[in-house]
Amino acid sequence: MSTAADALVTFEEVSVRFGRQEVLRNISLQIRRGETVVIIGESGCGKTVTLKLIVGLLRPTAGRVTFDGRVLTDLREHELARERLRIGFLFQGAALFDSLTVFDNVAFGMRAIGLAENLIAHRVRQHLREVGLSDAVEPKMPAELSGGMRKRVGLARALALQPELMLYDEPTTGLDPVMSDVINELIIQARARSPMTSVVVTHDMHTVRRVADRVIMLYPLARLRGNEQQIIFQGTPQELARCSDPRVRSFVEGDARGHGEWALEASGSEESPTEMPSAVREMSQYRSPNERRVGD
Amino acid sequence: MIDSWVKAAFRASEAFFGNALGGLGDWALFSMSTFRWLLLRRPYARTVAPVMVTVGYQSAGVVIITGFFIGMVLAVHSYSQFKKFGFVTWSGSLINASVIRELGPVLAATMLAGRVGSSMAAEMATMRVSEQIDALACLGANPIHYLVVPRLLACILMIPLLTLMADLGGVFGAALICVEVYGVEAHDYWRHSRDFVRMFDLFAGMIKPVVFGGLIALIACHRGFRSKAGAEGVGRAATEAFVLAFVAILVADFFLALILNKLGDVWAQIGR
Repeated sequence: MSTAADALVTFEEVSVRFGRQEVLRNISLQIRRGETVVIIGESGCGKTVTLKLIVGLLRPTAGRVTFDGRVLTDLREHELARERLRIGFLFQGAALFDSLTVFDNVAFGMRAIGLAENLIAHRVRQHLREVGLSDAVEPKMPAELSGGMRKRVGLARALALQPELMLYDEPTTGLDPVMSDVINELIIQARARSPMTSVVVTHDMHTVRRVADRVIMLYPLARLRGNEQQIIFQGTPQELARCSDPRVRSFVEGDARGHGEWALEASGSEESPTEMPSAVREMSQYRSPNERRVGD
Repeated sequence: MIDSWVKAAFRASEAFFGNALGGLGDWALFSMSTFRWLLLRRPYARTVAPVMVTVGYQSAGVVIITGFFIGMVLAVHSYSQFKKFGFVTWSGSLINASVIRELGPVLAATMLAGRVGSSMAAEMATMRVSEQIDALACLGANPIHYLVVPRLLACILMIPLLTLMADLGGVFGAALICVEVYGVEAHDYWRHSRDFVRMFDLFAGMIKPVVFGGLIALIACHRGFRSKAGAEGVGRAATEAFVLAFVAILVADFFLALILNKLGDVWAQIGR
């Protein structure tokens, strides 16, 4: 059974609002040391916001986010900067620094903490090789790289400081199927090389099946009814495959017909699919299933 | 109906002034943070020099041309007026005092607000939109210390030098028109200029660019950091950087003129 001491990251009743737009509402979750959690959900449900809360790039409007027992919003600037060095972040577009070479990008964090240049050079080469890139890419600028190469350089840069927690924001988005699987493999290898907790945000169900120990599905607030929880699923990938919640099924199977029916119901539209009037009547009596939790 | 118009106008102006005051406050906090980092820790060595080259060296040509044509236009307009009163040999004194004290600093700063300010804002906005600023924070660097402080230093150091170049361009452009084209006696032209243009005018003309340079850097970087997503956001940041910097230069110029005039009077008193 997990305890609070096992949790590296906790969210306690976290809500986030940007102006009038509420993105997250009363989210509570724990991420245990050593596990790989994959967060899935439709666009706009707050997955990237969740990652940015973990690393302190965003502050919650309500609730608390803790990292290794410390409340992030209580930390002073230099303390937060120190904690961030324990977290690696692979951004959705890799976020490489345009004005620096690949070498300087990967070396950036190591220079920030004051490592010696010869050690930096050795580690840059090592981390680039770990992600399948040769020394030849070191002098290149990010604009000269393909999408897959940029992601791999971004991964090398994030891993260069040997973080305890790795965050991946849609690591395979925009990549071809083969390169996507290369990235999945790199995520698995990074985890195998050193004990690491990982949080992956993705739409890619193949990634979920390959890397996840546990899956959390978020749902867009605009489509929730009443006081429904925003986390509509938590469990293993196997439990995800067996989940009967139509919203989860629609996402996992990529079935747009399910999406269209929910949108009609939520907007109160008087139109209904004429070929399925009974299904529409059934939806009006829908009650969400209890949230599934992983058996401890 | 009129009542609803009045209410709508009130709400719109409340939103406008509320947003403007909020933006000004946010900029003030951003600027204070920048100065705090400037004093707390020296900037990264690799960041200052490239920005100084971009701001200084790459702007020199256009600034000299700006000054040159300002001087020539001023000469054309001034000569005709001075000729009516028979004081053509005094034209250099007015033109050169205007260029050194006012037109050189303000027009050079305006040119640089467009060239340097818009470019900085667009660069920062692109970094914001592509999450590079977030990446900096995740890798142990403070984005304001890494990005804004070098740009502030570069503008404060380089823009006064560029203004000096603009002034020289203006002085020689005016001299070219007055002496070579209109045939004003060169000896008298330069003698009256020397007698009328004071050291304090040069001092005042160098204080203004320091302030203008700081405003350009802080406003441009702030607009970039606060950019909205997408190409529209980047474009808007660049436009707003120029417009706001231009307005700030005009406002600062007015207050600096008041202060420096008073200082000039005190200087003159001490000199006697």
